[in-house]
Amino acid sequence: MSVRVDRSWIVPALLVAGCIGLVVGSLSSSLFAQQTLSGLANGGIYASLAVALVLIYRATEVINFSQGAIATFTTYIAWQLMDWGLTYWLAFACTLGIAFAGGIALELVAIRPVERRGNVLSVVIASIGLLILVEGAIGYIWGNDIKFMPAPFPAHIYRIGGVAFSRQDIATILIALASVFVLWLLFQFTKLGLAMRAAAVRPEAARLVGIRVSWMLSLGWGLAAMLGAVAGMMAAASPSVLLQPSMMDGILIYAFAAAVLGGLDSAAGAVVGALAIGVTLNLLGSYVSWVTPQLLLPAAFVLMLVVLLVKPSGLFGHTTVRKV
Amino acid sequence: MRARALLGPVTALVAAVVIALLPLTLSDYHRSTGALVGVFFTAILALDIVTGYTGQISIGHGAFMAVGGYTTAILTHDHGWNDLATLPLALAFGFVAGVIVGLPALRFSGVYLALTTFAVALAVPQIAKNYPDFTGGTEGLALPTHSGTWLYYVAWTVAAVAFVFAWLLLRGRTGRAFRAVRDSEIAAVSSGVSLPFHKTVSFGISAAIAAAAGSVYVLVNNFINPDVFGLQLSLFILIGAVVGGLGSLWGVIVGAAFVELLPIGLTSSSFTSSELVPVIFGAVVIAVMALLPLGAASLLQRLLHFGSQTGESSDVPLGTEGT
Repeated sequence: MSVRVDRSWIVPALLVAGCIGLVVGSLSSSLFAQQTLSGLANGGIYASLAVALVLIYRATEVINFSQGAIATFTTYIAWQLMDWGLTYWLAFACTLGIAFAGGIALELVAIRPVERRGNVLSVVIASIGLLILVEGAIGYIWGNDIKFMPAPFPAHIYRIGGVAFSRQDIATILIALASVFVLWLLFQFTKLGLAMRAAAVRPEAARLVGIRVSWMLSLGWGLAAMLGAVAGMMAAASPSVLLQPSMMDGILIYAFAAAVLGGLDSAAGAVVGALAIGVTLNLLGSYVSWVTPQLLLPAAFVLMLVVLLVKPSGLFGHTTVRKV
Repeated sequence: MRARALLGPVTALVAAVVIALLPLTLSDYHRSTGALVGVFFTAILALDIVTGYTGQISIGHGAFMAVGGYTTAILTHDHGWNDLATLPLALAFGFVAGVIVGLPALRFSGVYLALTTFAVALAVPQIAKNYPDFTGGTEGLALPTHSGTWLYYVAWTVAAVAFVFAWLLLRGRTGRAFRAVRDSEIAAVSSGVSLPFHKTVSFGISAAIAAAAGSVYVLVNNFINPDVFGLQLSLFILIGAVVGGLGSLWGVIVGAAFVELLPIGLTSSSFTSSELVPVIFGAVVIAVMALLPLGAASLLQRLLHFGSQTGESSDVPLGTEGT
C-alpha cells in the first residue's frame, strides 16, 4: 500500500507567494509597480483571448488557430465603423454584436461540415485554413498598411504615491476582467449557460435531455469571437500594438501559452496564466538585461514548459488518471 | 495477391521515372519550383513518420528545418564547406534536436505535446534573431546559387532516399512498434514495446529528415534568415501532411504538391487577383477537410481496395481512437 501525498496545496501556495512578492516589490519600487501594472494590462488582453480558446477547447477539444485572426478582423470592423463616424463606444457595441453573429456564422459554414465527418485533427486543420483565409480577407478588404485606432480614453496618468499609472492600462485590465466575469455569470447562473456546459461535458446526455448540442457549439464560437473582439480592441488601443492584419498573431501565441499554463479546460486557469505571463514577461524584460525583446517569446514558453513538467495538465487542469 | 504486392514498388518506379524526366519539359524557373515541391515532400514525409505513424502530433517541424538550414548556411558561409557535404551533419544535428524535443513527449500527450512543439517552432526563429553574429540575424546569410536543374535533382534525390528509408523503416519491426504506440500505448507497452525509446527515436528520425529538407530549402532559396522558418512553414507542413493523408506514404506527394503548387498556381492564374490567393487557399483547405477529412490517401485507398476485404488495417486515422 502506498500513501498518496496530497500536493493540491502547492499551486495556490505558489500563487499567493507570487502575489505577495508583487505587492512587496510594488511598495518598495515605483518602477516595479508600473511594470507590474502594464504587465497586468498585457495579461488582461491575453486573458480575453485565452478564455476564448478555452471556451472552444472545452466544448470540442479543438485548438482554434483562427481565434487571433478573427479578433483582428473584428477590430478592423470597429475601425471601419469609427471611420464612418460612429463614436468609440457605439462602434464597440456594434462590433461585439457583429463578432457574435460572425462567430456563429463561421462555425456553421467552415467548422461544422468538417466536424460532422472528420476528427479533431481535421477540425484543427480547418481552423488553420480559416486563419489563412481571414488574414487574407483582412489584407484584401483593408490593405496591409497600418491603421490608426482612436483611443477609447483620453491619455491620462494617475499618480499615486509617486507611481504613475496610465488610465489605458487600468481600463484594459478592468474591461478584460469584466468581460470574463460576465461570461462566468452567464455560465454559472443562467439556464443557457448550464445547457452550454452540459453540451461541452456530456454531449450525449445533454442531447437526451433535449439540449441542441450543435447549436450550443455555435453559440460557443459566437461568444469566443466576442471575447476576441474585446481583446483585439484593447490591443489596438495599446500604444505598443499596431492595427495590421497580423496584429493578433503574437498575442494569440501568448494566449496559447496562458491557456496551456492554466490547464486548457479551465477559464479561471487561463486568466491566472495570462496575468502571470503578462507580468513575468514585463518584469523579465525590464530587470534582466540579457532578456532581449526577441527572447520574451521563448521565455514565455520556458515558463509554460516548466509548469507542464511539474504539472502535465496545467495549473488548474483536470487530470485523467491512466495506468499502464 | 502477388500482383497486389507488386503494386507499390511498380507505382514507386513509375513515379520516380516521371519525376526524373519531368525537368525536360520545364523551364529553369519551374525546375526550382519543382525542387521546392521536393523539399516539402521530404518535410511532410518526416512529419508523417512521427505524427501519422507514431501518433505524436507535431506543429513544429519548421524548427527542425531551421536546424538543418542553419547548419548548411553557417558551414558554407563561414567555414567554406561544400554545401552538399553539410547534409550528413544537418541530419545529425536534426536527430539530436528531435530527440530533445521528443523528451517532453514521454510526459505530455496529445494537445499539450502539440502545443509544446508549436512553441519550439515559434521560439527557434526568435533565438536565431537574438544571436546575429552566429546566424546573420534578420539580415540573413547569402548562399551560393545553383541552376534550377541542379536544385531539382538534389531535392528529389534527398526526397527519394528519405522515402525509401521511411518505407523500409515503417514496413518492418520498428514501423510496427510505432503504429502500436499510435493505436494504443497500453497495448504497446503490454507487448513489450518501449514507449520512451520509440517515441524519442521516432522524433529523432523525423527531425533528421526534416533537417535535410531544411538544408535543401535554403539551397533553393540561396538565402537564409529567421523569417524563412516562420510559423507559416510549420503550419503548411502540417496542412500538407493532413491533406495528403496521415499514415500513408503515398499521400505525401499529394500534400507536397497541394501546399507548394496550389498557391503558386492561383497566383499565376488569370481568374483571380493575387490578393485573393490566401482567401481561396484557406477556403480550399477547409473544403478538403470537409470532403476528405482523412486526406487524399483515403480516397486513393478506397479506389485501390474497392471490392476487396483486405483493407490495410494498419492505416487507422489519427484522432479517432480513445474518443
